[in-house]
Amino acid sequence: MTAATTDTPAEPHLYLHAQTRWRRGEYAFWVATLLPFVFFPSYLQLASQIAITALFALSLDLILGYAGIVSLGHAAFFGLGAYAAGVLTVYGWGEPLSGLAFAAAIAGLAGYAMSFIISRFRHLALIMITLGLGLLLHEAANSASWLTGGADGLQGIRVGTLLGFKFDLYGRTAYGYSLIVLFLAFLVARRIIHSPFGLSLRGIRENPVRMPAIGAASSAHIRKIYTIAAVMAGIAGAVLAQSTSTVSLEVLSFQRSADVLVILILGGAGRLYGGIIGAIIYMVARDQFSGINPQYWYFWIGLLLVAVVVFLPNGILGGLARLKSSWSGAWK
Amino acid sequence: MEVKAQAAAEAAGVLSARGLDKSFGSLIVAKDIHLALPQGVRYALIGPNGAGKTTLINLMTGMLRPDSGRIFLGEDEITSLKPEARVKRGLVRTFQINSLFPHLSALEAVTLAVCERRGDAPTWWKRLPDYRDAVDEAHGILSSLRLATDCYRLTRELAYGRQRLLEIALALATRPRVLLLDEPAAGVPKDESAELFDVISSLSRDLTVLFIEHDMNVVFRFASRIIVMVGGRILVEGSPDEIARNPEVRTVYLGKAAHG
Repeated sequence: MTAATTDTPAEPHLYLHAQTRWRRGEYAFWVATLLPFVFFPSYLQLASQIAITALFALSLDLILGYAGIVSLGHAAFFGLGAYAAGVLTVYGWGEPLSGLAFAAAIAGLAGYAMSFIISRFRHLALIMITLGLGLLLHEAANSASWLTGGADGLQGIRVGTLLGFKFDLYGRTAYGYSLIVLFLAFLVARRIIHSPFGLSLRGIRENPVRMPAIGAASSAHIRKIYTIAAVMAGIAGAVLAQSTSTVSLEVLSFQRSADVLVILILGGAGRLYGGIIGAIIYMVARDQFSGINPQYWYFWIGLLLVAVVVFLPNGILGGLARLKSSWSGAWK
Repeated sequence: MEVKAQAAAEAAGVLSARGLDKSFGSLIVAKDIHLALPQGVRYALIGPNGAGKTTLINLMTGMLRPDSGRIFLGEDEITSLKPEARVKRGLVRTFQINSLFPHLSALEAVTLAVCERRGDAPTWWKRLPDYRDAVDEAHGILSSLRLATDCYRLTRELAYGRQRLLEIALALATRPRVLLLDEPAAGVPKDESAELFDVISSLSRDLTVLFIEHDMNVVFRFASRIIVMVGGRILVEGSPDEIARNPEVRTVYLGKAAHG
């Protein structure tokens, strides 16, 4: 009997408006992201890593969750951003915000170039192409040791102060920085998915064959969202490089591409918060499990992944949404 | 004079095809197709299974490339245009098997098509509800097809017959000049199929409609002209009366059903 469920509004645009509204849970979530400053001051470095990973997963969600573009090489843009930001400081430009913009531009350019290939393929072909390009870039960075430091990692990173804040040992600046960047990127992503462009992306995900029959230029949409996602991934990489003052080949690794995919699927793709929730669970689990047994912690992640895919095909958030609707259904 | 000019335009056809050929290996699916569909006419395209009816729609809309021949929309040649470019010019189709967006609501799906037509689709920095006129237009189209009550439901939750109507709603949202309907009532029970064709016949008279249909009652009731295809060729084109009297059509297609 409660009015908690879907009362259809009289006017069509109000119905769409209701879908884009900020919900109470969302406010609560973003307020809660500030809690680590107060309650877990010794875990701020981890919190910062989580925020960076969440941003990376959010960027994957834009292409995979909303446009249905599978990628197994998304670390390419993360790594490009990290190296771009790191190398810039090696050459004496330590100011982080302009470094962030530089890294975003580099990743965006690479993404734009790639998008012309991406927009022509789907499914398995896409997995292979993104995987291949990811490996390609990893080896290129490995061999270009004059620029990247190769397998030893980038040497001589000197990040300046962030608007007067030094990147401290406890990670206060690091978490503040990565959280603000994540939040701003989230606002952009949220706007995108609630825009006409976002609706077209969902159309591509739902039925790419039908799109030309309603006159849609799907390839142009795909190129655009791929470039935007590359920029976001590049920003995530840059924040990692700047906040930890280290860049190693790991940022371009296949492992990182696979991890972010696991994180997004765990949390729930196509749900905006899926990547963020996934990142929190994954990173905290890794931190805890690897404390217990550093060698075998992937066993638990594997178990979790299988369980989620079998029992919650739409990820953890999808499962929660279903639980919520069946509860409110029971009250009707 | 004016009447004559209009007649000349009609004779040329809004949509016309000249000498279309298409084969897959040794299988000929379209052979020397000549067509000229004038504005506002309701065409039925009939023929036995495998006659090449859907292939013809695929050729006209650019989903297949003809081996030879030319296609015109108005006076413009569109033979080498991509499907989406043809849609932009007003040549639009629906599908025999529902090809919809399962997890979009009916309103979202039609709004998507409206936004694509109006060129709003690339905009990512404005919110969808701010495009009130686009949303209202989508709602208007759904209302005109008697889908208003279902417009907030997900497409996959709609009854099959309603999904068939949504197919047409999506096509209408592109503001077509020519609408090609591939078995619009496929899989719909008989009583609902009449309702569906009522909707189709109430579409604007400016719109040229060609539909593929197997039920002869429906064909003779709703079509003002009929095209009969057999084996990838157009056997004959004419008014329902002419088709009903045509002995060739009777033997090849109508068979024993046409007596008298």
